[in-house]
Amino acid sequence: MTHALTPGVVGYLDNFTARPGEEITLRVSVLDRGGRYRASLVRLISGETGPKGNGLREERIALDLPAEHMGSEQPVELGSYAIVEDLPALGAVEMEILAWPTLPGRAPQALMSLGPVRLILDAAGAPAIVVAGATLSTGTPLRARAWYRIAARYDPATGLAMIRSTPLPGLHADPPNATEGPLKAGVVPSAPLLIAAARAPDGNSALHFDGKLEAPLLHTGGSVFHWYFARGIGTTDIVGTRAGHTVNAPKRAVTGSTWDGSVQDWRQDPAQYAAIHFHSDDLYDVRWQPSLKVRLPETLKSGVYALKLESSGPAFYVGFGVSPKPGAPTAKLAVLASTATYLAYANYRRRMAPGAFDLSMGALPTVDMTDILLARHPEFGSSTYDVHRDGSGVSYASARRPLFNFRPTGRFWNFAMDLSLIDWLESQGIVYDVITDHELHEKGAALLQPYRAVTTLSHPEYHSLEMLRAIESYLDGGGRFLYLGGNGFYWRITFDEAHPGLIEMRRAEDGTRAWAEEPGQYYHASGEYGGLWRRIGRPPNKLVGIGFIAQGFDASSHYRRTAASRDPRAAFLFEGIDEEIIGDFGAWGDGAAGLEIDCYDSALGSPPHALVVASSEDHSNAFLLVNEEIGSNSRGVDGTLSPRVRADIVFFETPAGGAVLSTGSIAFVASLPHKGGQNNVSRLIKNALDRFLDPAPFVLPTAQPR
Amino acid sequence: MSAPTIDPNRLDLAREYRACPMGRHSPELQALLDIMRHPDNHQNLILVSVAPGKWVLGQRQPNGAPPVLFEEEVFERIEHGEWAAFKRRWQALTGQALAIQ
Repeated sequence: MTHALTPGVVGYLDNFTARPGEEITLRVSVLDRGGRYRASLVRLISGETGPKGNGLREERIALDLPAEHMGSEQPVELGSYAIVEDLPALGAVEMEILAWPTLPGRAPQALMSLGPVRLILDAAGAPAIVVAGATLSTGTPLRARAWYRIAARYDPATGLAMIRSTPLPGLHADPPNATEGPLKAGVVPSAPLLIAAARAPDGNSALHFDGKLEAPLLHTGGSVFHWYFARGIGTTDIVGTRAGHTVNAPKRAVTGSTWDGSVQDWRQDPAQYAAIHFHSDDLYDVRWQPSLKVRLPETLKSGVYALKLESSGPAFYVGFGVSPKPGAPTAKLAVLASTATYLAYANYRRRMAPGAFDLSMGALPTVDMTDILLARHPEFGSSTYDVHRDGSGVSYASARRPLFNFRPTGRFWNFAMDLSLIDWLESQGIVYDVITDHELHEKGAALLQPYRAVTTLSHPEYHSLEMLRAIESYLDGGGRFLYLGGNGFYWRITFDEAHPGLIEMRRAEDGTRAWAEEPGQYYHASGEYGGLWRRIGRPPNKLVGIGFIAQGFDASSHYRRTAASRDPRAAFLFEGIDEEIIGDFGAWGDGAAGLEIDCYDSALGSPPHALVVASSEDHSNAFLLVNEEIGSNSRGVDGTLSPRVRADIVFFETPAGGAVLSTGSIAFVASLPHKGGQNNVSRLIKNALDRFLDPAPFVLPTAQPR
Repeated sequence: MSAPTIDPNRLDLAREYRACPMGRHSPELQALLDIMRHPDNHQNLILVSVAPGKWVLGQRQPNGAPPVLFEEEVFERIEHGEWAAFKRRWQALTGQALAIQ
């Protein structure tokens, strides 16, 4: 019998990147009753690897901090809405709005509210007007995912009220419903106007709506106020006769009541995208009060760090990267931390939801007590791998909330697995700087230019156009790039300028998708076409020589050297390596080729002169070709039957004297520290780094082998 | 349509799985696993690390609510938890406990 505890304290930082000497602000919520917690700064060296790795290792950094802090539980307002503060004094009112409910009947949900006067869907999902608690309902629930025009009227002088719903034309339109009658007289509607929510007595928003709303209208005192959601896409503004704004990032650039499929890009006809999709579980910014300000030492080494928060139960780690001071790199090698990917995965709940998980993954889902804490707190929001309560995909991931995966513990994946490279670099005495995706997006190629070589970590999956251009520009300038992961450069994201700390992604069209974007909504609010970079015309094969081909989550396998590994161009890679088999060991699945794997494909743009120096083999039944490789369903696509299920190690030179080495497996880095780095994966990457850090230019081959 | 079943006499497949729960399986074992992992049969099992190196089975709950933990049995390796899940599913599908520990 166990009595496992969940962490008693959670928190987040304002940024994923900090610099020596900077002050960082930590926001904490203490879930324990006592309110006490401890905070320490640790440099992370190795993650919780399981029994086949080096295990959790961290180095405490001395700080002048009190031994203990006091805190309290900080509130979270979950659910999105729009608000208009500036309205005149109100009397008799008529409200009207177009609604496409997705969860009618879940609970009472407000469409529009003016203090005590509310236009709602009642507990049964029927349109109703509520005046100071008295309700007049049509009594006819709305169907989910159908458009209706909903209108309500209330006159405080007489107490008379009306509620009406009219389905918009469609193949299965319901009959209109309307009713009117007396409600309480003398109740005065009041600003602010809330759209998709109502104000609770405690001042927080409540009665959040799930679904799309469009064209809200308010008649009062002979004036008409209206709002047009087709304007202001990409901002927090709602544009109309009075200015308003959205709260908690409802989804913009969504199809509206007039969308007929004739356009797919909202910019071509914004009128067809005049809706906003609100969710009762949207979350952007928990807006917690600062709890602790920490001044980082001026001499702090660049690396991967965390503020380690301790109360009852396991520690809660708030991970971040410390990059060198601007313009002052401390190494020739930069490690590019996948903060964009970590953010896309942050607060991933799907593993804990019912479903045929091991039918597709080949193993049971695994979680720890920190994940269980997340399950207990839906108010901390979800990941872009989850769906909202109404089944629509989560398109946004925000950094302004506790993030449950920026930590060295838990699932050996992303952050925790990436520390395997840090562990290995430390053991080899290789000097490195840590930089982050977020910096790369912001600063572009200038961030990379000081470095002779840049390496990724295990799973750099999510990139903005700005990030890809930065890497391309670095390579065009002769940079050397190591892609030591799998399924990299896969999905497009955009950084939402209206919501600092928020990324947007749309699982459009194709790919290994946790959910599918709704038709007509493949374009981001920025106007960029979402989905796989492969479908957008920038396949990872063009950038790093390989692209995602298969995945399986049970066991890893090894690579076998190819004849091309004997090419003189690749001799430096295999110096001191006599074995044919590479990486038949490792902390994940006993092999270096596992989890998500990539292969060479000239049809997708892998350079013709690239050398495939090793390929994995003997993958398990659980490894299946990815969807985008399959036109129609077929047997024979698993690791036991398909020769395409393989990870390729690829090397190629670039025209400006640079080079790329890609290893094509998420599990790869977890093999580096094996036996203290005395192994052939370690030797291969050490050889590569020795050459990549040498300023002597690489030379393109004159004869191309393919 | 009749649902596929598993043969309670195929203890050889159970032994094969116990020897290697993660990795390549014979086609017959994979077919058995596909039935066990089918939505009708998988029981929404999950492995929960209650402390480093300590695992228990649990059952996933609607809407991602915290799983119900089966804390009477603690495993020190994930593979042992997978084997325990196999035995639970075997019993549910065949109506008899697996005669292999």
